[in-house]
Amino acid sequence: MKVDEKLVRSIAETARLKLSDSEVKKFTPELKEILSYFSKLDELDTSKVKLSLQPVEVRNVLREDKVEECFTQKKALSQTKHEKDGYFKGPKAI
Amino acid sequence: MIEEHVKLVLAKKVDVVKLTKEVLAIVKKLDKEYKVYAEISEDLALSQARALAKNPKGRFAGVFVSVKDGICVEDVQSRASSKILEGYKPPFSATAVQNLIEEGAIIIGKTVQDEFGFGGFCTNVGLGFDIPLNPLDKTRSVGGSSGGSAAITALASFPHIALGESTGGSIVNPASFCGVIGLCPTYGRVSRYGLIDYANSLDKIGPIAKNAKDAALALEVISGYDKKDSTSSKEKVPIYSNLKKDVTGLRVGIIKEAFGDDVSKVVKDSINKKIDELKKLGAKVEVVSLKKNIEYGIPAYYILATSEASTNLAKYCGMRYGATEKLEGSFNEYFSNIRSKNFGEEAKRRIILGTFARTSGYRDAYYIKAMKVRTIIIEEYKKAFEKYDVLISPTTPMTSPKFSEISKMTPLQHYMADVLTVGPNLAGLPHINIPIKTKDMPVGLMGISNHFEEGVLLSLAEVLTK
Repeated sequence: MKVDEKLVRSIAETARLKLSDSEVKKFTPELKEILSYFSKLDELDTSKVKLSLQPVEVRNVLREDKVEECFTQKKALSQTKHEKDGYFKGPKAI
Repeated sequence: MIEEHVKLVLAKKVDVVKLTKEVLAIVKKLDKEYKVYAEISEDLALSQARALAKNPKGRFAGVFVSVKDGICVEDVQSRASSKILEGYKPPFSATAVQNLIEEGAIIIGKTVQDEFGFGGFCTNVGLGFDIPLNPLDKTRSVGGSSGGSAAITALASFPHIALGESTGGSIVNPASFCGVIGLCPTYGRVSRYGLIDYANSLDKIGPIAKNAKDAALALEVISGYDKKDSTSSKEKVPIYSNLKKDVTGLRVGIIKEAFGDDVSKVVKDSINKKIDELKKLGAKVEVVSLKKNIEYGIPAYYILATSEASTNLAKYCGMRYGATEKLEGSFNEYFSNIRSKNFGEEAKRRIILGTFARTSGYRDAYYIKAMKVRTIIIEEYKKAFEKYDVLISPTTPMTSPKFSEISKMTPLQHYMADVLTVGPNLAGLPHINIPIKTKDMPVGLMGISNHFEEGVLLSLAEVLTK
């Protein structure tokens, strides 16, 4: 796998981060070093191993489908400056 | 210390309002000197004290509590020490905090941490935050990421506990550097509701305290099932504060690979002395190998933690809370602009790493692979717990380093410093830091026990700190 500035810029864009040229220059060799170290996991044969999403197995957690009082709309909107008609207002989508 | 104080408060033998004013004056002064708080919640503390003076009640009546910045306290700015959460005053409290409040605790402030928990030295605080200084030597780190919580616990001269949060070692690590007890419970023991997530499959809230008894009392209050967190456990909460003061017959496994060349001499010597003490007290001590853990823990942990963090941090976009600007440009431009300006360097680094590890084409080799290695690591522990009640290693390979040394470390070297703590965190196992005094900086002994066996760790701490 080739870790270069182009890859770092493209991943950053996917993650909605605008990196400066100096950030890209700094991050690229660092990520290269880190990812090459991460490849150490290849030493282990995991072909027959199940994956663990959680440290303690969590089975389906369901609740009764019952209407309950929860967080009010007013509270949910209390932290934004961009409220309109009881909704969050966002930037232009198109 | 807490127990006696609570009795006095309940008997109205303490002027809680006066004491709270004094404590607030002390912590303000300490904060100026050591930069441990992101926010001091003076108004909340005073109103809680006044209510308590009228009607003293609860198992934590009049106990002062500092809360890691990433754990929400209603109406008190809670930012996980990140600029992107500037101004955020949560409209609710985390369940752990709420439980403490209902038992009469007085919340005095939010403690500084590495931004979102991304660090082991508290040097990765968010933009605009000060780096906290170690109470024992101001040229050294408090540890991270719950650094402010550990430091104020070491400094507190009043009845106090702090809440920390651990994803990969963030409770025991700063406890080790500051010389206090830090207990990270089993995954799911304490509700994560109201925690500003770092990595959901790894995050645990736990107490930091001056002694084992105080930590036990705090754990009793914050533990238990919470319907607001579907991963919280229905396992019964034992009376942790009934500490067993005897280690006769305790089966102890010393982790062989945790005493390698990269572990400093003072750490090895201090731990070995304590092991001798345990033998004399009648514990059955053997050496156990946890090779895969020590060798593959770091890559498995950092892949999973950054993958989960990169999705969790996707919600910070300057619209609903926290840092915001005039809505201009397309949503991609607006979100990217806010995020690029307000995340610190390590947050950006981890977002990129985690996004990469989940990207199609790399997902199987990194993210899926790491979850399989996690299974291997969990199995290695399970096998060890067939033979042992508790596993022992140093908490950190070295005592608290100087800031001048930390600044020379590469990001990978930072990550490698977590080598001893990522294992129990990947496996969701409870682990504790037991402080050992030395003539210089304190050393930390880490005990790890099986799921929901926090009691063994607290008893071990009680015995080894007496």
